[in-house]
Amino acid sequence: MARSIPVFVKGSSPTIWARAWAKPLGLLGAVALAAIIILAAGAEWIAPYDYDEADIFSRLKPPSGAHWLGTDNLGRDVLSRVIFGARVSMLVGVGGVALGLLGATAVGLASGYFGGRLDILAQRVVDAFMCFPLLLVALTIMALLGPGLANVILTLGLVLAVRDSRVIRGAVLGVKANLYVEAARALGATHGAMIGRHILPNIFAPLIILATVNIGAVILIEAALSFLGFGVPPPRPSWGGMLSGAGLVHMLRAPWLALWPGVALSLAVFGANMVGDALRDLLDPRLRGTG
Amino acid sequence: MARYALKRLLLVVPTLFLVSLFVFAIVRAIPGDVVDMMLEQLQYGRDAADLRAKLGLDRPVVEQYLTWAGQVLKGDLGQSLWTNRPAAADIAARFPVTITLSLLSIAVSLLVALPVGILAAVRQDTRGDYAARSLAIAALSVPNFWLATLIVVIPSFYWNWAPSVGNFQGFSQAPAGYLGQFVLPALCLGITQAGVIMRMTRGMMLEVLRQDYVRTARAKGLGPRGVTLRHALRNAMIPIVTVIGGQMPFYFGGSIVMEHIFGLPGMGSFVLEAISRRDYPVIQAVNLFVAVLVIFSNLLVDISYGALDPRIRQGE
Repeated sequence: MARSIPVFVKGSSPTIWARAWAKPLGLLGAVALAAIIILAAGAEWIAPYDYDEADIFSRLKPPSGAHWLGTDNLGRDVLSRVIFGARVSMLVGVGGVALGLLGATAVGLASGYFGGRLDILAQRVVDAFMCFPLLLVALTIMALLGPGLANVILTLGLVLAVRDSRVIRGAVLGVKANLYVEAARALGATHGAMIGRHILPNIFAPLIILATVNIGAVILIEAALSFLGFGVPPPRPSWGGMLSGAGLVHMLRAPWLALWPGVALSLAVFGANMVGDALRDLLDPRLRGTG
Repeated sequence: MARYALKRLLLVVPTLFLVSLFVFAIVRAIPGDVVDMMLEQLQYGRDAADLRAKLGLDRPVVEQYLTWAGQVLKGDLGQSLWTNRPAAADIAARFPVTITLSLLSIAVSLLVALPVGILAAVRQDTRGDYAARSLAIAALSVPNFWLATLIVVIPSFYWNWAPSVGNFQGFSQAPAGYLGQFVLPALCLGITQAGVIMRMTRGMMLEVLRQDYVRTARAKGLGPRGVTLRHALRNAMIPIVTVIGGQMPFYFGGSIVMEHIFGLPGMGSFVLEAISRRDYPVIQAVNLFVAVLVIFSNLLVDISYGALDPRIRQGE
């Protein structure tokens, strides 16, 4: 490191925290997301009732002191179900994204790093895959696997792996074009060392951005699947499932049933999108100031 | 230009082939216990051999693919296990509903996104800009099916008014009534998708407004309207058109949900029925049809892209 390379030195430039304060929406998003994660993790302790605790004598009751957000058609507490619903969304969000990024990194690395015929073939496959609407692909795979939380995570992971591999490949190609990568190769570094020491650490930023942005997308698709009746089956509360068409008859009499799961869902997606936006601005200087 | 269009057209062939392989693979991925269920509960065949024959699984794989692809090229998309009707006929009957909904939704998105995006860019960092950006963020975060559910539920509870759901009118019966049924679903789908296009429009306009030729146009004494519309917008439109073209699958996907909520007999409700009945030939047919539709709409975008920007067709 003889040449001077611009690095952030403590004190000489604003720290990441100082810059985070300059992104109020991102901060707001992070707070919303953190709150939902806390609800999801501690649902048993935070929720006033269990999610399937039914009180047949207080069915479809409007919000009250005993049930802050009212009760549903079986007399279950809506607030508790919304809180437990956070768990499904977060499990699917984190699980689906983790699985998806793992697959996407493997495919994107192979495609971008080795290039050649493998790259051409992989990219044509991704092209073809992108011709199918996301929701239709997810529905079709769910039609094969059958409903269930694990199957939703598996399906969304698979879909993400293919789609995101394109982004990862782009990032790998960008890193590969750097002089230091060429130098490492000239010095005789093995493929393993090249990938492990030079490529992977340098695509970390796009990975983090993809992860946050995708959490929002994955939560939305899970909700849409459950809404349509092909996602996480009852009695387990999922926000999409709580809004599902099967409950429409009851929602017409008790509109609070239609309100809160959607509010929670929007808040979670908003949080993930805003954190993703802010991270992209902070980690990817080329995009700073746009969007 | 003809050369460029031809080149694009040729590139479609490998994509079509791969898409057909994906669709072909669907029935081959049916788990064994599901096959048992299809026989016992749904009575889709006399026995396993009969069902395999119906699904076209009774010969060597390569032969299966060639037979299937040959039939598809002749317009035969297979037969429903549930109704025994050819899937192509049902798709033909239902496609007008889906395409009407998709096009109307795109129109809604553009009507909202373009003016708001342009104004936000021209008045960057003003209150109007912040309001427009907040709107876009809200549109991105609110799920379209929730918006649609609220539109059905809230007016019915408070004002005793509900959109008519379930008694669909055909175009020939009542043209005005036909289009009227699409207003609410197209608004829900269009507005929630407008966020993406609005942000893109704003971003592109900001970039273009900083260019030298825009400054030159201003220096020549052109008014702000002329600069924005004639010089900036025309150049910003190219990537915007691409984004809209790339959004086609989203509109098709979104129309599955909207058709479900508003009881529209389109391809979305068709495929949902097929999925709940595990009617795999229909699932295959809809997947193939939609993917081919997307391929050709992408092709159209590519070609118009080349027509809009001479640099692209020469760079190829």
